[in-house]
Amino acid sequence: MHDPFLIGDAMTGGYGRGADILHGCTIAVNKGEIAVIVGPNGAGKSTAMKAVFGMLNLREGCVRLDGEDISHLNPQDRVAHGMGFVPQTQNIFTSMTVEENLEMGAFIRRDDFTDTMAQVFDLFPILKEKRRQPAGELSGGQRQQVAVGRALMTQPKVLMLDEPTAGVSPIVMDELFDRIIEVARTGISILMVEQNARQALEIADKGYVLVQGRNAYTDTGQALLADPNVRRSFLGG
Amino acid sequence: MDVLNGLVALANFVLVPAIAYGSQLALGALGVTLVYGILRFSNFAHGDSMAFGTLVAILFTYLFQSMGISLGPLPTALLAIPFGIAGAAILILGTDRLVYRFYRAQRVKPVILVIVSIGVMFVYEGLIRFIIGTGEQRFSDGERFIISAREFKQMTGLREGLALKTTQGLTVVTAIVVVALLFWFLNRTRTGKSMRAFSDNEDLALLSGINPERVVTVTWLIVAALATVAGVLYGLDKSFKPFVYFQLLLPIFAAAIVGGLGNPLGAIAGGFVVAFSEVGITYAWKKVAVYLLPEPLEPSGLVQLLSTDYKFAVSFVILLIVLLFRPTGLFKGKAV
Repeated sequence: MHDPFLIGDAMTGGYGRGADILHGCTIAVNKGEIAVIVGPNGAGKSTAMKAVFGMLNLREGCVRLDGEDISHLNPQDRVAHGMGFVPQTQNIFTSMTVEENLEMGAFIRRDDFTDTMAQVFDLFPILKEKRRQPAGELSGGQRQQVAVGRALMTQPKVLMLDEPTAGVSPIVMDELFDRIIEVARTGISILMVEQNARQALEIADKGYVLVQGRNAYTDTGQALLADPNVRRSFLGG
Repeated sequence: MDVLNGLVALANFVLVPAIAYGSQLALGALGVTLVYGILRFSNFAHGDSMAFGTLVAILFTYLFQSMGISLGPLPTALLAIPFGIAGAAILILGTDRLVYRFYRAQRVKPVILVIVSIGVMFVYEGLIRFIIGTGEQRFSDGERFIISAREFKQMTGLREGLALKTTQGLTVVTAIVVVALLFWFLNRTRTGKSMRAFSDNEDLALLSGINPERVVTVTWLIVAALATVAGVLYGLDKSFKPFVYFQLLLPIFAAAIVGGLGNPLGAIAGGFVVAFSEVGITYAWKKVAVYLLPEPLEPSGLVQLLSTDYKFAVSFVILLIVLLFRPTGLFKGKAV
């Protein structure tokens, strides 16, 4: 069986010199698919995501992108290698306009990125309307669109989202999920952490349930939704 | 006629000096606010950075004068400004490599950088006095007035004169040009935008591939230029004295904080607020009042709220009021 496009393989590690938070945790995503990490509070979901992105030191395990070991790269270099990351909070430049946010997303690109910006505006038409407005003045859902748009500007091969729907209304959440599916259809792999486990698993090709930094259940999104153990423990029956 | 005379006196003694002084403060405060926005600390060495840039410019002015190079009616110091900027840039970037970079790598708290900058300030002060001494330097030459008070009286037939010194006119014009350039740079260029992004959200700027060391270097270069221009303009308008430049720190900080630290527009507004308050409160209003008020209301005293010796109290009070009631300043900067 060939390697998935991006895999964090048997990762063990924590922040700084502190205790380990992840214990042999494996997260992977195939090309053009959506992988979702769910689990109870404090399970290490965001930490697992950050480990894949190089924001903490791994004591064991490795991260491979397209077969290449990238464990030694820092986050900035991983961006240059085609990974996009949308943090959970403070993920936009609030004092800058929507357009400037996107420009800053494309900072590492030296070529003409007007096409990419047009694509982002096609994906999120509201942003085109508000392109000259400071991003800090937008609503929660629109800010998340700016954040995702900013990360898309580097034309990443993998897009990593840390709770993209935190703090937005259910209607906006559905719309964001629709957009994320659209992004995946363009061939970009998506790895995301979600609090809204049920909705997220519904759109997921692959789901990871983490408990205390370990893989508890791993299966397709539909299978996890159908699994009585998962339902009882994590999805409220 | 009395009303006109009163207004001319007001312009001559309050408006014109305050606008010139405000422009100098605004340029100084822009430097402070940029360091605060990008490097996230209050730079106490800023007054002495201004003094050092001015000192280099003065030495080059003297050199040009001895060589017989001049700008005709304009002060020779204008020619020396680029050299002053280069001198200040070398000093400040050297300090960054030697001192600030070390503390940045440790990711120390801003308050530690503030203390470090006080140390840097003392070193700069020693260096400046070592090179040029503690005395006063007058280095302005060329035409002294655009319009002198006597010419103005002859032209208009009014009893009051309105003098406009060359240095005052120069100050305002230069300040406008420098500020326009700065805003164009920050809002229109890729590097300028990356500086704003870095100031707005450092982590996200790093994620976007913005090189922090480059942002810091560019910031110091701009700060060196702003400090030197502000210092030379102030020195031309008044005179250069190392201790006075150190004291300028207070009104400059007051200006930056009034406007909102980290906000360039605020720094400019703050500069004028502080300058107008200082000049307005220390000016003896009797002359203007006599012209403008009906005879029975004419004041017998000087109507000077505060002796000029106490002008620093004005900056202090402004600082206090702003920090107590509106810590983010007029233009929503960062809270101190």
